[in-house]
Amino acid sequence: MAASSQTAPLTDSSQPHVGFDPKKLKAQVRTAERRKTLRALALVAPLFLFVLVFFLFPIGSLLERSVNSPEFVTIFPQSAAILHKSDNLKTLDEQAFYGTLFEELQIAAKERSFGPVGRRLNQDVTGFISLFKKTARKIKKEKQRPADAKAWFLSQNENWGNPTYLHAMKRASSAWTDFYMLTALDLQRSDGGSIIAVEDEKALFVDILIRTMEISLGVTLICVILGYPVAWVLAHTTDTMRNILLIGVLFPFWTSLLVRTAAWIIVLQKEGPINSMLQSLHIIDEPLQLVFNRFGVYVALTHILLPFLVLPLYSVMKAIPNDYMRAAKSLGAKPWIAFIRVYLPQSLPGLSAGAILVFILSIGYYITPALVGGPKDQMISYFIAFYTNNTINWGLASALAFILLVVTLVFYALYQRVTGGKAGMGV
Amino acid sequence: MIRLDPSLSKSERISVIATWIAALLVILFLMAPIITIVPLSFTSDSLLSYPIPDWSLRWYEVLFGSDMWMRALWNSLYIAFFATILAMILGTVASVGLTSPNFPFKGAVMGLLLTPMIVPIIITAVASYFFYAKLGLTNSYLGMILAHALLGTPFVVITVTATLLGFDSNQVRAAYSLGCKPIPTFFKIVVPQIQPGIISGGLFAFVTSFDEVIVALFMAGTEQFTLPRQMFAGIRENIDPTIAAVASVMILISLILLLGIQWVTARSEKLKAGKT
Repeated sequence: MAASSQTAPLTDSSQPHVGFDPKKLKAQVRTAERRKTLRALALVAPLFLFVLVFFLFPIGSLLERSVNSPEFVTIFPQSAAILHKSDNLKTLDEQAFYGTLFEELQIAAKERSFGPVGRRLNQDVTGFISLFKKTARKIKKEKQRPADAKAWFLSQNENWGNPTYLHAMKRASSAWTDFYMLTALDLQRSDGGSIIAVEDEKALFVDILIRTMEISLGVTLICVILGYPVAWVLAHTTDTMRNILLIGVLFPFWTSLLVRTAAWIIVLQKEGPINSMLQSLHIIDEPLQLVFNRFGVYVALTHILLPFLVLPLYSVMKAIPNDYMRAAKSLGAKPWIAFIRVYLPQSLPGLSAGAILVFILSIGYYITPALVGGPKDQMISYFIAFYTNNTINWGLASALAFILLVVTLVFYALYQRVTGGKAGMGV
Repeated sequence: MIRLDPSLSKSERISVIATWIAALLVILFLMAPIITIVPLSFTSDSLLSYPIPDWSLRWYEVLFGSDMWMRALWNSLYIAFFATILAMILGTVASVGLTSPNFPFKGAVMGLLLTPMIVPIIITAVASYFFYAKLGLTNSYLGMILAHALLGTPFVVITVTATLLGFDSNQVRAAYSLGCKPIPTFFKIVVPQIQPGIISGGLFAFVTSFDEVIVALFMAGTEQFTLPRQMFAGIRENIDPTIAAVASVMILISLILLLGIQWVTARSEKLKAGKT
């Protein structure tokens, strides 16, 4: 690269070497090197910028939503400031607070801009949406700010003086908030400001996290048990046979996820081939419920993720020489002891890489559990989608995404460590 | 078929045979849904169950006569095609830069470029949805193409950097010294040799886009519904044999792509073997 600058001194050879200057040559080399570096950077720049703008930045702003909710501060800046200044409401200047709240709510009511604030506060304490709506309807008719703003608010609805409501507003009075992260962990801030567990009937997300981990671990374990013999056979057979069997592993791997999920629903449904076969063999009288429950999730997820375990494991097993097993046995080890102490440890890097990969992919799964699972089999991804689309609670969706991302990255780091940075799929 | 080492004892033979049986059963499990769904697409019945009363192409007629499914097929091919082209260009150019010995912080940058592959797709989908909405790119073909191209780039980077490691960069210097300019050198010397990497990366990117449903779920309007997205809607409503027919068409497409990748890999291995 940088051809012109490199060839320049050479073409000058017609001139005597009187003016040869090592410093100048060094500088030229340095310029050439720098130009090469710049060229390499320029080549990477388009993709880097693409990933930065269309991926890293959006992910960053998504994560920001989980700790930043500026609705209250934006629409009611001064009321929020007064609340924020007060030391846990004990030192709240009530007249100033209700006075500014009156003015700001009046403006917001006329501009119809209080909606997001009501929804945001409603996520903390149910009842805020109707409280805002009803009061806003009345406040539009008021000509001027009443002398006793607090009394006016209380006459509209006594919840305006309810400490539970006031504390919720106080918690929302700063744009930065731990509200969503705490909610995602079944925690909340008490009115006193300390972190406590939410009431049992509201606790939901720790269960979902545990369920996600449980299903993923289960799928990983099943994949290990089913995948080990397949990888072993692939690594210890003739080339022709290996190629035939590999097609059996790779073909489903390449088949669309949705196709496989649909196929499993068809296979496992009540009128499906499995049930009709079992019935015609008189093993069962009534068709079994095999899909839209946990069983279906395990079957479909295992089917989809099994190749991710088999392929890296196979590529490691392929490299294990047969001699070690023979040596162990010739030294008197029983076959199964030789297997456990000689073969298994050597296959462990492939096994752990595959298992971690399956686990990582499994915790983030959405489509398959959504289609083949029942309501009690949905994993964390489902709830991220749910709070984004159905119940609009983007802060909570982001907090759940944050947790999922952290768990994924932790296990990815582990995966990197296990594989030494080389992600071998063996094909 | 089964290589039984003559030195094995009887109990070892039994365990080897047992392992084989287990492995074959697992492979049967892997193939089972595909084996089941394809014949069902040729049923004359409107129920998806065995035994199949009579064979017919009825559901393929429904499928190929349906504007909705044909548009979905067209959308899938259209979006996957442009997403792949974009991913191939960005990924290949970046790979050339990344493999230059002068590139600083190679590991970190490479790691960053591969993140779209690591981050759970639901997070990418939700994040993209918020971001593209601000740009007015949700419910648009451009938005889908950009989002899918992003998911495809890591595969291109991985395959192309891998092939570039085996590329002798002295050839570039030779070309320069013979007076060839950088851009013609790239197309005449570098590209033909790293072509297998570019093509297999491109195929991976194509499959990624062609199979992708979660980003489509958030980003695509009905106008942009892809085949998987339409299937998702179909599975949710009711599964009729049209779904089996779509599935069979998609299986055929995956088979073609899989064979394509196998062919490219085999060819590049032959090239490598020829070189040494």
